Amino acid sequence: MANSQHASPGLTKTFLSEAGLISAFAMRAIRVAFQPPFELREVVHQIYMAGWRSLPLVMTSGVAIGVVLSMHTRATMERFGAEALIPAALAIAMISETGPLMTGLLVSGRVGAGIGAELGGMKVTEQIDALESLAVDSFHHLAVTRIIACMIALPILTTIMNFSGLIGGFLAETAISNVSLRLYFHQAFAGIGFVDYALPTLKTVVFGFIIGTVSSYLGYTTTGGSEGIGRASTRSVVFSSMLLIVINVLLVRIIFLLFPAGAL
Amino acid sequence: MSTADQAIRFDTVSKSFGDGRVLDRVSFDVARGSACCIMGRSGTGKSVTLKLLLGLLKPDEGRIYVNDVEIETLNSAGLVEVRKTMGFLFQYSALFDSLSVAENVAFPLRRHTRMSEAEIADSVRERLAEVGLEGELDKMPLDLSGGMRKRVGLARALALKPSILLVDEPSSGLDPITTREIDKLLMDLKASSKTTMVVVTHNVPSARRIGDQLLVLHKGHILAQGTAEELDQSKDEIVQQFMTLATDEPANASPTRSASAIGRSHKKEVEYGVQG
Repeated sequence: MANSQHASPGLTKTFLSEAGLISAFAMRAIRVAFQPPFELREVVHQIYMAGWRSLPLVMTSGVAIGVVLSMHTRATMERFGAEALIPAALAIAMISETGPLMTGLLVSGRVGAGIGAELGGMKVTEQIDALESLAVDSFHHLAVTRIIACMIALPILTTIMNFSGLIGGFLAETAISNVSLRLYFHQAFAGIGFVDYALPTLKTVVFGFIIGTVSSYLGYTTTGGSEGIGRASTRSVVFSSMLLIVINVLLVRIIFLLFPAGAL
Repeated sequence: MSTADQAIRFDTVSKSFGDGRVLDRVSFDVARGSACCIMGRSGTGKSVTLKLLLGLLKPDEGRIYVNDVEIETLNSAGLVEVRKTMGFLFQYSALFDSLSVAENVAFPLRRHTRMSEAEIADSVRERLAEVGLEGELDKMPLDLSGGMRKRVGLARALALKPSILLVDEPSSGLDPITTREIDKLLMDLKASSKTTMVVVTHNVPSARRIGDQLLVLHKGHILAQGTAEELDQSKDEIVQQFMTLATDEPANASPTRSASAIGRSHKKEVEYGVQG
């Protein structure tokens, strides 16, 4: 009993302390991002690493999710004789929530773990100190560039995930009802405006910021050799995924409040 | 001696980590163009001293001057300018493992100079030739032996032709012959370019070879300071222990190997994939 009473404040203190440190890290990243040198070359390289190299995962997942969602949607719609609404229902599901959240979680797994492990490895092998010794601001060069890259890559990957999902849905549908590609996409986008697409997609910029910041922070503060690198990698995925899911609830609520018409 | 003659000045510097006081009011100077070897047991603050010099750590008390500039007072832009005048050879080289040998050496040139790619390539070849690695441009750090990594680290540290070179354990993890080769590179560098050096080492024979001034750190204090001959005369038991430790040298090692001999030895290291 006494132990649990002692453990609880300790955990709370650790959690709050860690949250404070990550917030300070994020604030510093925002401030430094607007200071030269802007490290454009490194940002482009990181967009390639986080974005381009995530494409196979995102596209494959998108198609698979589209097929599964389409099958579930058909099973429901058939009961009401509303098969014609399947493309629209799938598009709404993909664009409003499934696409952004799934992309965020997939990137958090692939890129977040990568950033945590890479920066953790650089920390324990003194490569971060080496950057500083070569008169390079390691925080800007390593952390800020990765955060910006994630923020740019996420909305693009989300768009690709959405289209992949719709193509998956089309493949599932055309196998059953022989619907044409043109008609399928016409029906899918019939009820979706630019705002309906833009708001959920742009919220992934925040997801990118979370993934980049949390994983960079955990990598940057790694201690304890290879075990520490593994821990940084795992915690990057767990913390950024959890934070992303929680923040998503807030963002959806904000979208509903500010843009009731655009909240699908 | 006026401060103008001092490249580095440590003025009553203290540094603690948690409850442990690693450096306690340590003061020493390093004359321009000379080599100071800092010796001491593990955990006595030798590497911390180097990181304080580079501004990677901040002292709790005291002042540190590099080329007459007090580094704690500098903002990040000022620190960048001071760091451009210094090179740092890390204990385990700290090469960027995602970059090739040539890219590692080119990194500071791309960041801090307006040299064209052709000029950078020439400069990289020149630096690597100085350390006997002219043929290893495209290798990745993980494909190199410990001694080769040390050489690449040295070439990278020298890329911007710094006036001060900080070296952390140059012989760590190396065999005696490779240790001698690295020592010779450092001695040649000091002779040819008058680079000021601060070398942290456990290796007394190395310190004797390289150092104009030797400094023994013990429990956060400077126990002894002077030339190797002066330290040999010290009555302090710990200093005596340090100075009379068994040498790292094999009985038949030649004290002065030519540059070509170093090159040949290195080629063998490459051919047989010796891991230092």
